[in-house]
Amino acid sequence: MNERLTIIVVETDQARAAEIVEGLRLSGQHEIHVIVDDKGLAARIADCKPDIILIDISDPSRDVLEEIALAARPKEHPVAMFVDRSDAALTRAAIEAGVSAYVVDGLRADRIKPILDTAIARFNLFNRVRTELEATRAALEERKIIDRAKAILMKARGIDEEAAYALLRKTAMDQGKRIADIARQLVMAASLLR
Amino acid sequence: MSITRLTLGYVPLTDAAPLIIAHEMGFAGEEGLTLELRRLAAWSQARDLLGAGLIDAAQMLVPMPVAQSIGLGPDVPAFDLVMFLSQGGQAIVVNNHLAARMTDAGFRFDFSDAALAGQALFAASGGRLRIGVPFPFSTQVELIWLLLGASGFAVDGVQIVTVPPPRMADAMARSEVDAFCVGEPWASFAIERGLGAMLLPGIAIWASPPEKGLVMCRAFAEGRPEETGALMRVVWRACQWLDQPDNRGVAAEIISSERYLNLPPELAERGLTGRIFVNPQGRYRHCPGFISFGDGAANFPWKSLAAFFASRIAARNGRDPAEAARTAMACFRTDLYRRHLRPAGAPLPGASAKVEGTITRPRMVAAEQGQMILRPDAFFDGSVFDPPFPE
Repeated sequence: MNERLTIIVVETDQARAAEIVEGLRLSGQHEIHVIVDDKGLAARIADCKPDIILIDISDPSRDVLEEIALAARPKEHPVAMFVDRSDAALTRAAIEAGVSAYVVDGLRADRIKPILDTAIARFNLFNRVRTELEATRAALEERKIIDRAKAILMKARGIDEEAAYALLRKTAMDQGKRIADIARQLVMAASLLR
Repeated sequence: MSITRLTLGYVPLTDAAPLIIAHEMGFAGEEGLTLELRRLAAWSQARDLLGAGLIDAAQMLVPMPVAQSIGLGPDVPAFDLVMFLSQGGQAIVVNNHLAARMTDAGFRFDFSDAALAGQALFAASGGRLRIGVPFPFSTQVELIWLLLGASGFAVDGVQIVTVPPPRMADAMARSEVDAFCVGEPWASFAIERGLGAMLLPGIAIWASPPEKGLVMCRAFAEGRPEETGALMRVVWRACQWLDQPDNRGVAAEIISSERYLNLPPELAERGLTGRIFVNPQGRYRHCPGFISFGDGAANFPWKSLAAFFASRIAARNGRDPAEAARTAMACFRTDLYRRHLRPAGAPLPGASAKVEGTITRPRMVAAEQGQMILRPDAFFDGSVFDPPFPE
């Protein structure tokens, strides 16, 4: 049972694709193809004859895959999304991690499980890293916009930086909004008046 | 009354409005519900999250639970459609090349005559057409076959391909499709980008094409009747609110916000107010009733419509249409609709199935109490559909 499996990873984010492929390579000798967009998806799948397709559960291309799966002759290429009711925990873990797998008819569960386990682990890892990155980026961006808003206020009202910040904070409090939102509105309005 | 939190999945389209409005306009709170709306990017995602119990209910293409019920889909717990969320809201767009040929041949893009539009499309395309739809099981697929089937197109001349709605315009720009049928605002989006002309609204082909439904796992719908009933009443009231013409502009603003559709409100406004731009030159048509949410018992999940979709889907997928029709009728829960919406005052028809396609104008019929108005349900070619056993 050490035949190679052919696996397609559909993933537009190249960093994440690399992450998943690396994981799959560590888990066994497989033939892995990465598809980065849904152009000619059907033809590429027919070419590769994959045993398993891995794709983000929220990728819009999934609906295209559904059509391909529906039209496929069994044993030719993956026919249906993998939902194994005998291993509900695995299925749930996959869906929670955001992985969906399309599996060729007749492929045994013990061959699918290690692949899916690996994909789940990599998806979770990547999601965590991305969430952290996004939070950092958002914080940086907010700091920048608040700085610009402060500069606008200092210039327009002839006040110092501390007073400008106090004014932003008070306005935010009064309106029940975040300081960054007030700053964004101010910068936007100022750009219109310029 | 304790507060119950329910998580609902929706795909960002104009017809997600009932769920968004139920939350934003405070209808949910009146029934002691807090709704958490989860934006989804694919219909298969809605199905999978619902099947895994990660969401409690979903806005879903009406034919999806039908296809699931007849075994076309993954092995997930049984789904039920408890009410319709919208009727209409779809439009067919043809690319500029076809539009020019049709215009040259004297076609006026006036939305009124689907038979004429079908003939003009046949002449302009030579009977060969690649058409985008949002999902293999969708009302859009049926609208396409209803139109083309009666307009001279042969099955092997037509290629129907699934394209996610936000990518529909791109697919047309890249010449991957010649035409598409999609829910708003994605038809108007393509017109705005100058990619084609609007051929027909869905309602010109079929007067009341049910588009989206509220779908839940059967185990939830039957096992948690209080939450199910509360959710249905909340959504039904939102649908009633949405069908008051004065509210449509506000609805466009709300659903277009960054949290939901994240598009300019002017785009969603077109479908919601029925003021539709037909082509990039700014020619527009007034199309009252382009989309309906509650009028004329729009929410009642007629079992005959489950049979209609099931028999057509089965026939295309090598299954027995009659058996599929009988099976699918069980997942349209007119019983739950009656039980949970009776207290809210929803008009309830005497029967749960009807011969589809016989009503050409709003018709007064006997209701459980007094009388009610049924919306027109006619097909443009005058065909009718007889369900297996009308009650």
